[in-house]
Amino acid sequence: MSGLEELYKEIILDHYRNPRHRGELDCPPALKSEGFNPLCGDEVSLTFEVEDGSIKQLLIAGQGCSISQASASMMAAAVQGTSIDEVRDLTRKFKAMMSIHEEEMSASDHESISVTSLTLGDLEALKGVVKFPVRIKCATLSWNTLLTGLDDLEA
Amino acid sequence: MTLPSDLKDRFPLLSQIINGHQIVYLDSAASSQKPDSVIDAMNKYYRTINANVHRGAYEIAAQATEEMEQARKRIASFIGCTSSNEIVFTKNATESFNLIARSWGGNNLSQGDAVLISDMEHHANIVPWQILSAEKGFEIRWLPLTPEGLLDLSHLDRLLDGVKMVSITAMSNVLGTLNPVAEIAERAHSAGALVAVDGSQYVPHLPTDVQELNADLLCFTGHKMCGPTGIGVLWGREEILDSMPPFLGGGEMILDVRRDGFTPNELPHKFEAGTPPIAEIIGLGAAVDFLSSLGMDNIRHHEVTLTDYALRSLKDRYGEELVIHGPTDPSQRGGVLSLQYSDIHPHDLSQVLDQQGICIRAGHHCAKPLMRELGVGATSRASFYLYNTEADVDALVDSLELAGELFSV
Ligand SMILES: Cc1ncc(COP(=O)(O)O)c(C=O)c1O
Repeated sequence: MSGLEELYKEIILDHYRNPRHRGELDCPPALKSEGFNPLCGDEVSLTFEVEDGSIKQLLIAGQGCSISQASASMMAAAVQGTSIDEVRDLTRKFKAMMSIHEEEMSASDHESISVTSLTLGDLEALKGVVKFPVRIKCATLSWNTLLTGLDDLEA
Repeated sequence: MTLPSDLKDRFPLLSQIINGHQIVYLDSAASSQKPDSVIDAMNKYYRTINANVHRGAYEIAAQATEEMEQARKRIASFIGCTSSNEIVFTKNATESFNLIARSWGGNNLSQGDAVLISDMEHHANIVPWQILSAEKGFEIRWLPLTPEGLLDLSHLDRLLDGVKMVSITAMSNVLGTLNPVAEIAERAHSAGALVAVDGSQYVPHLPTDVQELNADLLCFTGHKMCGPTGIGVLWGREEILDSMPPFLGGGEMILDVRRDGFTPNELPHKFEAGTPPIAEIIGLGAAVDFLSSLGMDNIRHHEVTLTDYALRSLKDRYGEELVIHGPTDPSQRGGVLSLQYSDIHPHDLSQVLDQQGICIRAGHHCAKPLMRELGVGATSRASFYLYNTEADVDALVDSLELAGELFSV
């Protein structure tokens, strides 16, 4: 059962049971971005307000498995009040961690992840997901949805 | 009446060890496992008579053609059809529905017409109609469900008004519900509509007779009935198939091609453009031989018994914590159990079961409108076939316990 414990860490189950930043902001003025995982039917809907190049507030609605919900909840906690550039940076790091090819990444890549000012923090708990490739999409759903939202904003 | 108890031995995959456990395969509604005889038949084709069909005059080409056409005959008789001209080979049930929508629908449907489907259809019997409807402007109507997950026929006659095609599933791949196809067909025919049936979940599990079903068209798919992937069937009454224009164009489906046009081939080749999946057709032929040798009545009996056992075992152990969608009476349903265990997400549940070598499906099962009706995003689905045993059901029942502990139910 060790595999399962690696996947379902206590902090993940905690975010799943007590998701942070749930809800929806009024659109407009807030922006909305929706994502679907066609494989398992998970849906995430993000509403967020941007002010002076930073995410002032972000709320999460939708439904899904423990991994997708915990990842969304942790993401929401991480990006409140963060500049869009930093959010993009964090997203890159998170997705790098979720990459199946991670083991092939050089040691310096690993260092760059932990050395810069923004660390993944609690999000590191999701690392175990990489061992379960079908679940990677669950973990990255909210992040990809946020990226789409930011791209639309800047388009 | 009972199936041989050593059936698992004939399916090489079922002896595999997964995550340290002998595999318990409970996802036959998605795709069934294949017996030795099917694998061997396909192997033998490639090793001894591989050649293109309906072309070469040499020995192995003639043999390949003969084997393929013999398979067509046996598949025809498997569903109670007397003319193998009525058996059109497609890639899968999905392609069969696209063929019907494009060819029959393209010719017969326009603004003011309607097609009646139901709330429990698979996307394969929804989206082809939606694609065509966007072009032709006809209406798609939905037959609703009762709270227990049966088709609600109370307004059928009103819903049939103006309908030219009723396209419904004989058995739901989510709820397991068996639908009264013959009764619906009779009422549809009185209203002047044709009836297409999705037999993807029905043909593999119950004795099928197209005359008794009273349908005009029937779609099913090889990989759910012990056959290979890449082969599906469209059966249709000859006069209806005759009236339909070709679907895909190319070789094989023509009698003549000139600069100013072409003459389509006779049935069934009119709908079989290009080189067919010969090995897969031969494999499906071997699959229906295998099923027939066991007896479809016996297979159905086995699955009713197993479903009854599963429903009782699960309810006894988990009571109200476990919701099982669909009819409660095993005689009204197939061996497909969509489960919701407490508030454990289906994806998490199937992950925990996978660690114990148990394969169940989590997701929307390509039936999103039904998921919305049920008010869920996904379900966990365990489904049975001829090779499943009470021990498999016991493994399922026990494994939920672990999921419950992990997610503190
Ligand atoms: C009821 C039903 N219809 C249609 C299909 C489509 O089958 P295929 O994907 O082989 O075309 C399936 C299986 O996925 C099904 O369960």
